[in-house]
Amino acid sequence: MGKTMAEKILQAHTTQKDVKAGDFIWAKVDLMLGNDITAPLAIRQYEKLKKKKLVDPNKVVLVPDHFTPNKDIKSAQQCKLLREFAKSHKIRHYYEVGRVGIEHALLPELGLVCPGDLVIGADSHTCTYGALGAFATGVGSTDLAVAWITGHVWLKVPETMRFVYHGTLQKWVSGKDLILYTIGDIGVDGALYKAMEFTGEVIDKLPMDGRLTMANMAIEAGGKAGLFPVDKITWNYIKKVNPKRYPRSYRKWKDLRSDEDAQFVDVREYDVSKWEPAVALPHLPSNVRPVSRVKNVRIDQVVIGSCTNGRLSDLQVAAEILRGKKVHPDVRLIIIPGTQQVYLEAVRRKWAEIFVKAGAVFSTPTCGPCLGGHMGVLADGERCLATTNRNFVGRMGSLKSEVYLSNPAVAAASAIKGKIVHPDEVM
Amino acid sequence: MKIRGKAWKFGNDINTDEIIPARFLNTTDPKELGSHCMAGIDEEFVKRIKKGDIIVAGKNFGCGSSREHAPVAIKGAGISCVIAESFARIFFRNAINIGLPIIELPSASKEIEEGDLLEIDLDRGVLKNVTRKKEYQISKFPGFMQEIINAGGLLEWVMKR
Repeated sequence: MGKTMAEKILQAHTTQKDVKAGDFIWAKVDLMLGNDITAPLAIRQYEKLKKKKLVDPNKVVLVPDHFTPNKDIKSAQQCKLLREFAKSHKIRHYYEVGRVGIEHALLPELGLVCPGDLVIGADSHTCTYGALGAFATGVGSTDLAVAWITGHVWLKVPETMRFVYHGTLQKWVSGKDLILYTIGDIGVDGALYKAMEFTGEVIDKLPMDGRLTMANMAIEAGGKAGLFPVDKITWNYIKKVNPKRYPRSYRKWKDLRSDEDAQFVDVREYDVSKWEPAVALPHLPSNVRPVSRVKNVRIDQVVIGSCTNGRLSDLQVAAEILRGKKVHPDVRLIIIPGTQQVYLEAVRRKWAEIFVKAGAVFSTPTCGPCLGGHMGVLADGERCLATTNRNFVGRMGSLKSEVYLSNPAVAAASAIKGKIVHPDEVM
Repeated sequence: MKIRGKAWKFGNDINTDEIIPARFLNTTDPKELGSHCMAGIDEEFVKRIKKGDIIVAGKNFGCGSSREHAPVAIKGAGISCVIAESFARIFFRNAINIGLPIIELPSASKEIEEGDLLEIDLDRGVLKNVTRKKEYQISKFPGFMQEIINAGGLLEWVMKR
């Protein structure tokens, strides 16, 4: 019987023979990620260990992105702890404010992840790198501390659910909409403990930014990983971001994908041709409707950004819609590029000017508002439309506030109208 | 290990933002995190519970973020065990890694009511609902996970190796 993509990657990272779904493995990790919220807890655990030595400082990545630029004194202390740990342990992949980006936008851009890699991160959205054909999954801080000293993580090899997308995407429909409808179909625990694998002719044509958005939200269906077969789009991306590692990586993982006779626990096929942009209503990402069925929902705030939708193409669509227009008088529009490079490019292409002239905030990269940290916390009774990934009760602030999720086009158009609308209503 | 406490009921898909809202994540102190346990649903929760009490929930408990602060907050608040129909995967591994007892038992979580007195013998694998006079068998975890649980957590397991 053939192997799934997940089985193939995990097999390459363990000495155990004939790895298959359901097996427990002790797997060798290529990259270990922590941020300013989860790494301090990992450091606390690390300090309890007798043997205090990193197995390989070059595999450790520390990204202070959640509560930075420091939002309060306690957060500043956490970041200081991270900074000092990075310095004393000679960690090269530490990114200071001004150079930092949102971790899952930053790592792919820096070329730190290649196909076939095993990446763990003490952040649930670590699954983002599945877009690059890596097996990447979120773990806890203790897992991270143990990986720092042993180089390994314990994993259960997941079963795989395959999703096949047929047809052609309509204008304004993106990777965000594909993943929202998918989560709407299977529910927030529909892929619990499983790897999700995205295929079909729509995926074959989907640019890397859209793939990163889809893989990012695999966790919102409970998934352990969100995997994309490796193809031309993957390799063109890798060639650009890591030309040095590209030849070796290409030789090893050129055709990384599931075998046709591999066993899938479920296969779901969708025809996307009639799909319009999606909106997830409060308070679960699975509470999804086509935007035309979301009528007269007035909004107080719009956030465009995050590890889900803070990449160049996301800001591009926002700029296209906001060009020469004004944000509705009752709305606060906050636009946050995912990385400094995205920020700089938005300035160069004069999108920053479009945003500011429209009456929006254009901020330095941060996770801030997505998790109700800072830079756009909601008050009682307020309603926000966000391109982020979670709309749980109180996610962005008050327990009495509401969060709706959409793609950047719907978000930008809605910011102009003051209520949730289809982008066609302003274009 | 024996556990005895009162049941506190929660529904399906309880997420980590409900267990410990992000605004409290600017610390790693278990006591402080514990003082905000379940603040995303019920800010008074920690005032009502007694040490040793037990959380009983529906499916997909602990979904959302990877924050280990969630099981740490539950443990820090004095909760002795979480029983649920099912757990989200990162919460599940975090609980095992830090030695917070968790039990996956759909029948029990459906039948237990708020306030029921529960007794759990983890070594014998028995859960007793004292109030309703009902007993349940708890199945052991797969070998590898049981090793970590027996060691008292992942750090302890690693130090033994």
